[in-house]
This record gives sequence, C-alpha cells and structure tokens, in this order.
Amino acid sequence: MTLRTRWRKFVNVVMLSLTGLCALFTVSALFFILGYLIWYGGKSLNWAFFVNLPAPVGESGGGMANAIVGSGKLLLLASLVGVPIGLLGGVYLAEFGGRTFSFLVRYTTDLLNGVPSIVMGIFAYTIIVIPMQHFSAFAGGMALGVMMIPIAVRTTEESLRAVPLILREGALALGASKWKTVATVVMPAAMRGIVTGIMLTLARVAGETAPLLFTAFSNHFWSSGWNQPIDTLPVMIYTYAVGPYDDWHRQAWAAGLVLLALVLVANIGARFVVSRGISFRRV
Amino acid sequence: MVMKTSEESRPTERAAGTATPWPADIKMRAAGLDFYYGGKQALHSIGLHVPTGRITALIGPSGCGKTTFLRILNRMYETVPQARPEGEVLLDGEDIFSLDVVNLRRRVGMVFQKPNPFPKSIFENIAYGLHINGIGSKSTLAEAVEKSLRRAALWEEVKDQLHKSAYAISGGQQQRLCIARALAVEPEVLLLDEPCSALDPIATAKIEELLFNLKDICTMVIVTHNMQQAARAADYTGFFLMGRLIEFNKTAVIFKTPARKETEDYITGRFG
Repeated sequence: MTLRTRWRKFVNVVMLSLTGLCALFTVSALFFILGYLIWYGGKSLNWAFFVNLPAPVGESGGGMANAIVGSGKLLLLASLVGVPIGLLGGVYLAEFGGRTFSFLVRYTTDLLNGVPSIVMGIFAYTIIVIPMQHFSAFAGGMALGVMMIPIAVRTTEESLRAVPLILREGALALGASKWKTVATVVMPAAMRGIVTGIMLTLARVAGETAPLLFTAFSNHFWSSGWNQPIDTLPVMIYTYAVGPYDDWHRQAWAAGLVLLALVLVANIGARFVVSRGISFRRV
Repeated sequence: MVMKTSEESRPTERAAGTATPWPADIKMRAAGLDFYYGGKQALHSIGLHVPTGRITALIGPSGCGKTTFLRILNRMYETVPQARPEGEVLLDGEDIFSLDVVNLRRRVGMVFQKPNPFPKSIFENIAYGLHINGIGSKSTLAEAVEKSLRRAALWEEVKDQLHKSAYAISGGQQQRLCIARALAVEPEVLLLDEPCSALDPIATAKIEELLFNLKDICTMVIVTHNMQQAARAADYTGFFLMGRLIEFNKTAVIFKTPARKETEDYITGRFG
C-alpha cells in the first residue's frame, strides 16, 4: 500500500467518524431532552394536571387546565388571523404577482419571519394592550397570528408552485378563468402541502413565550371571552420554573412534556398527511 | 380545394366592412401571422386554412414552430409573459384576438402532449369543463360524462370505476380521458399537441381511430412529429420549417408530390 493510499484511507475514516459523531450528537440531544421531559414530566402528569386550576401557592394538587385551554384559544385566534392572510398571500405570490412586487413581498415576508418574537410582543403591547389598557387573550392571539403569517405565506406559495404547469394549462384550455383554475384545480392539488405547512406553523407558534408575556400575560383563573388576560402553557412553564416550589417545578416539567407532545403530534401528523398525498407522477 | 403556401395566403379581402361570406367548409384561417417571444420572432407570416370537419396535421422538425402556431389558435400563448402575435386568425370569420378568451377556449379545445388529468376522480375530470361553465344538474352531468367517454372510446373500460382517481388508469387511458374531458364541453375545434408521443403503438392506434370517428363532430388540428401518423390520419398536412409554413395541401399531395424541395427532403428523411 502506497503512502497516498494509506493517507486516503485515513482521511476517509476520520471524516466518517467525525460526521457520524455529529449526527449521533444531534440525535442524542433530542433524545436527551425527550428523556428528561418524559422522566420528570411524566411523574407529575396526572388527571389533576389536566382538569384543575392552579392551586394557591404552596398547596399541591393544582393543575393547568386553564393554561391548556388558554393555549388552545390563542392558537384558534392566531389561526383565524394567520391562516387566511397567509394562504391568500401565498396564492397571490404564486399565481398572480408581477415580478417586482412579488420580490418585494417575498423579501418583506422573510424579514417579518426573522423579527424576534419578543419584538413582536412589544409591538402588540404598544398597539393593542396600551389602548385597551389591559392584557387580553385578543392581544396574545393577534401577536401569534402575525407571527404565523410569513411561514403560512411561504409554505402556501411553495406548495402551489409545486403543482405542475401542465395541470393549470389543462384547466385553462377548458375555458376556466385564471382564478377558477387556481381555486378548483391548483389549490386542491396543493392542499396537502398547505395543510402540512399550517400544522407545522401552529406547532411552532404554540411554544412562543416572549410575545405572550406582554399581551396575554397570565391568569390563574378561568378566563372568559377575549378581553381578559389568559394563561398559556409556555408562560406557565416560565412562571413555575423560576418559582421556589417543588410542586411548581414538577408541574413545569409536565407542561413542557405536554407542549412537546403537541409539537411531535403536529409534526408526525404532517408527515402522515404528506405520505398519503397524491403524487403527480403517472404510469 | 387547393391550399396556398404562406407567401400566397395574404388575404385579398379585408375583414372589416366587406361582406365576403365566410365559407362553410373552412373553420379557422390564419393570415400574415407573425409571432414574437420578446424580441425574437418565432413565426413568420403564416397563412393557412383549417378545413371544417377534417383532420389537419402540422409536421416539421423540432423547434420549427408548429406547436407555437397551435397554441395561438386557442390563445394559450397568453400564459407566457412576453409572447405576442401579430396578424390575423379567424374562427368562423371572427377575429380570435377580440373574442373573450374563455369563450374561445370553450369552442377550441386542446389535448396536450403528456396526459394531464386533474387529481380528481375520472367522473370529476370529465365533468370539470361542464361545472365551470355552469352546466350542472346531476342527471345532465352523468349523461354528458357517458357521452364523452363513449366518444373517446373509453366508456367500456372505465364505466365501473368512474369514481376512482384518474391516476389509477394507464397512460393511454389517461390520454383518452383528457380527450373525453376536452370533448365534454362540445368544442368546435380540437387541437392536439403530439397526443400520442408519450404512448405505445397500441394506445396510439386506439387514439388515431377515435380521432377519425370524431370528424363528424369537430374539426381537428394535430401537431405530430410522426410523419407516418400524419400520412395515416390526416386529410390535410402543413409542413413547418424554422418558423415558416413551407407547404400546405392535401396529405396525399404533400407526401407523394410535394411542391417544395424542403418538404421533399423532410418527407424522405434527408433531415429532421
């Protein structure tokens, strides 16, 4: 074996090991977090967690029922804001935009995506909370909704672009107008990609904490309507984790586990939706 | 009827204001048609008549402009931003560039090179054209779907699977489905852009046969790179080369006694 061959083999082995180790580390990180959450959170997860309100300080047996419902309410409002705007904006970019305007819209969308979530929170605080003079679920939902828009726009646009031109031409050739083609052929064909994008967006936004600190704030009781402060899982995790009570810490872990479970379910669900999707290959 | 080549086809009648009656045996006519993609000219002064109730084939080597020309007939070039025709194209005497494009496309249908059924069921594919035109009562739809499938020689093969996905059938069947879909809106003209190029010989033969049977109900213009297909199936043939129409005549004349040397060279395989 010549020196060159030996060197080549050596480099191969080193690189393989290095890349393998990095991959392993990545996977380990996820499993480490999962493991911690399941271990600590699982211990505190019980029926009381899901149905009880937070107990008075120091007492045990409290739960996060209102936070779970609160997260749900905010996600609902966020979807009502983020999904239509994101969807229709994505449709415009993919189907109707002129070159300059589309470029501008895409660029600003990406910038909006990059705005730190705490800045979003301050923004919502200034625009909604201060005029209303109190924290509210409405403000929290709006902040999350605006955060959803850029991702929804981009995933919708990409899903629509993935629909082959020849399908659109088929519809146009039958006498469909541009909008009818988009609504009746292109969007149904892209629907799986769009739904996946929305599910992943929801999963991401469900865990955002910073904007909620200034908008939805917190509420240890049931919050009704949209004008009252409302509790959410991420904010509860924050509050409990830095508090002094063991019971609180346990509940924070449990909440973390619930949140992560939500994200995992959304991701796996999204993959499931995609894998059952119709491909455009034929024969 | 003697067909003229592009140089001789400039209309001697002017359209507006003259009472030249539109002959019944001609469905569409192009005259002095130029076509540009941005600054580049793709078609030069095309002039031909599409005879009613006949199959007209357009042949020529790759890139000669035959598909470009076909796509002008139903204004599909409009999906390309910088595409621009100049000249005259008439459908039953009406200028297609001033007709409502949706209306035009209902009267002039198109079948594409690769089968492109929508990701819906077979039934919904065929009913699509009817739906968007507002024809929609359930019983009418079912009848219309059956009629189209019969015309496309596909009914017997799919009558029990109408609600299955259109992708569950073979390529040849999908192409016949696309023909049925185009026929459902009862077009006066059917444009076919190399409809058999993606299919095997048996599927091709089935489609050629059904096209022959469609002559009673619509006029057809078919672009094909397969000369034998043109010779077999078409009544009239036009030979395109480098954006020009070199010769246009009855198929028998083009293939047996072509008037131009370029045509003869192409037919005998000396190039292209």
